[in-house]
Amino acid sequence: MHKALLAAAITATIFNSAMAFADSETETIRQQLDALKKDYEQRIQALEVRLLKAEENTQQANTKVQEIEHTLAQNNVSKKASFGQNNFNPAINVILDGQSANFDNDPEDYELPGFALGPESGLGEKGFSVGHTELAMSANIDDKFYGKLTIAVAEHEGATEIELEEAYIQTLGLGHGLTVKGGRFFSEIGYLNKQHSHSWDFADAPLIYRGLFGNQLIDDGLQISYVAPTDTFLQLGAELLSGHRFPAGGRTNGVGAWTLFVDLGGDIGIEHSWQLGLSHWRANDIEDRQSGGHGHEESEVETPSFSGDSRVNAVEFVYKWAPNGNPKNQNFKIQMEYFDRRETGDVTMLNSGPPVETTGYDGHQKGWYAQATYKFKPQWQLGLRHDRLSSNNTGSDADVLGEAGLDNEGHRPKRVSLALDWLPGEFSRVRLQFNKDDSYEKSDSQFLLQYTMSLGSHGAHQF
Amino acid sequence: MFNWLITKIGLAVVLFSLCANAAYAQINVFACEPEWAALTQQLGGTAVKVFSATTSQQDPHHIQARPSLIARVRRADLLVCTGADLEVGWLPLLLRKSGNGKILPGQRGHFMAADQVALLEKPAVLDRSLGDIHAAGNPHIHFDPRRMQKIASALSQRLIIIDPANSALYQQNQQDFTQQWQQALKKWQQTAKALHGTKIVVSHNSWVYLEQWLGLIKVATLEPKPGIPPSSAHLSTVLTQLKRNPAAMILTASYQNNQAARWLEKKTAIPSIELAFGPAKNETLVQWFEQIVELLVKVRA
Repeated sequence: MHKALLAAAITATIFNSAMAFADSETETIRQQLDALKKDYEQRIQALEVRLLKAEENTQQANTKVQEIEHTLAQNNVSKKASFGQNNFNPAINVILDGQSANFDNDPEDYELPGFALGPESGLGEKGFSVGHTELAMSANIDDKFYGKLTIAVAEHEGATEIELEEAYIQTLGLGHGLTVKGGRFFSEIGYLNKQHSHSWDFADAPLIYRGLFGNQLIDDGLQISYVAPTDTFLQLGAELLSGHRFPAGGRTNGVGAWTLFVDLGGDIGIEHSWQLGLSHWRANDIEDRQSGGHGHEESEVETPSFSGDSRVNAVEFVYKWAPNGNPKNQNFKIQMEYFDRRETGDVTMLNSGPPVETTGYDGHQKGWYAQATYKFKPQWQLGLRHDRLSSNNTGSDADVLGEAGLDNEGHRPKRVSLALDWLPGEFSRVRLQFNKDDSYEKSDSQFLLQYTMSLGSHGAHQF
Repeated sequence: MFNWLITKIGLAVVLFSLCANAAYAQINVFACEPEWAALTQQLGGTAVKVFSATTSQQDPHHIQARPSLIARVRRADLLVCTGADLEVGWLPLLLRKSGNGKILPGQRGHFMAADQVALLEKPAVLDRSLGDIHAAGNPHIHFDPRRMQKIASALSQRLIIIDPANSALYQQNQQDFTQQWQQALKKWQQTAKALHGTKIVVSHNSWVYLEQWLGLIKVATLEPKPGIPPSSAHLSTVLTQLKRNPAAMILTASYQNNQAARWLEKKTAIPSIELAFGPAKNETLVQWFEQIVELLVKVRA
């Protein structure tokens, strides 16, 4: 029994010590493991940080590369410096214009009873003809002035004529809304007068322009205009003119004619815009203004000559509509003008007599036109125009008045025109126009097929 | 009667202009297009009064020098336009008619966005038979937000030069804009990743900068030549081409005639979308761009 107890004690001791021994060994291993784990965790963490940094660096590098690529792309297309004598060439523009016309009546017989026609007021030729070919050059002269030159070449009775249509300078940025123009220019009277004929909506001038101005009033002089600082457009202006050219004439020094004009305009919403203008033209002491009278005259034949005072009042109104204010695809325009001219003086028939035929003259001529154009497709436009004139001229000698073409013969000139325009691009136009023309007693049907093309610099989109 | 009327109107004008001059505090800005109006409004804040000559519904090539525009240019202290001949048909006329020296080329008040960045597609040959091309390059730069950032910085500098009294305000506004814009740009680039390599058909060549930015690939143009309306012959060529090699969408600007695009959509089932060519009234550039990116991504998905 004792032996057994001892054995048990020994066994227990051994076991216990063995257990104690085993315990300490596990502890060491655990510690080692822990250390290892810690070490690896630290390393992984460090690696993670490095990875993150590397990723960030890549991203930054990528952005940089993108930026550089973008800059490079920009540099590839950036401007190159250029040298040469032609860098400062003015804007050059050529208008080519031609037509084929067919008239029922002989165009040589054309007249406007009650209106003594000036130069270039005829119908033009039957068949094919080249119209006004224009060459225009314009540029800023320096920081103060802008200049423009327009030369028109036209065939007139078999001879090629070169006409100086415009040659003017104009101030740039004078400030306070002021602009001064000097030289030869289109007068601001009326609406169509200040536009080039090739930008008109019909191939020919309204009858009242033909009757009063010989199609268009151009003169040499000075123009001053002022735009008011208001939201509604308001422009006031005046012109001092030489008065050398039809429908003035004869004065050699000083101011032969002058004008005053007021224009108002604005928008109603985004789609509608309008302009209303009043203008006044006056020429006192006109001497020897010659006109054609009946038909074409040679120099030896009697020619009417007017001396006296002349004044014209005009009203113009334009309204335009475009869906969303975007006229490119579709637009509509109404345009109306009214002119009233009063003259007092004498009319003499040159090369008449002896005795020379002459009469006191008290003239009153007036007329209007109204037109509408509708651009129904980006390349097609339809236009309708109606013209009406009347006159009431009196004189001391009715026979002389009649010979001078100033007797209205009891007729009121009128005309209806219809035009269809094909606009292939911004710079070309082909037009077919029909006129039912009752300018004089014998009614005339006129067909015109016209092309107008613009080469060179981009033209201006006038209102 | 007539002379009497003129005298009366003259008197009225003199009185009117005297009154009008009294209220003069803000900088009057004439922006040719709505994107520049929005940018100037954001950079100028309360110190500027901005007028936009056009909306995104109007083709900026084909605007007339209307009386109302002359009146606005007359009073402008600063002109913010695209340049690069985009406004060649009407802006020079407005400048000449307005009698305002402050906004002429070379003056401080004359700011052309296209002068601040390099342009793409500068033509090697200038010939009108190639259509309505621009000698300086493609002017529709406002579709590249990176170029927009550059323009914004330059415009902000210009505002400071014109109106130094408010320079602190302009600097603050520019910082705010830049921060906002860069944030938005990051987001758009993320969203628009899906668009990279997308094939598109365009009505007019007005999207080159958007194509470059988003990596879109233009496979066909509906206009046979820039500015020339699509002909039926040209459209049928495009149709055959698309049947062989389809695109994902057809893009049309809000001011363009979308008849041809709609026709093609019917024939090919390729979705045609109309993108606002500039921000609407009171819309910011960020809002406008966001809409465009979102619409493109949505149509692509």
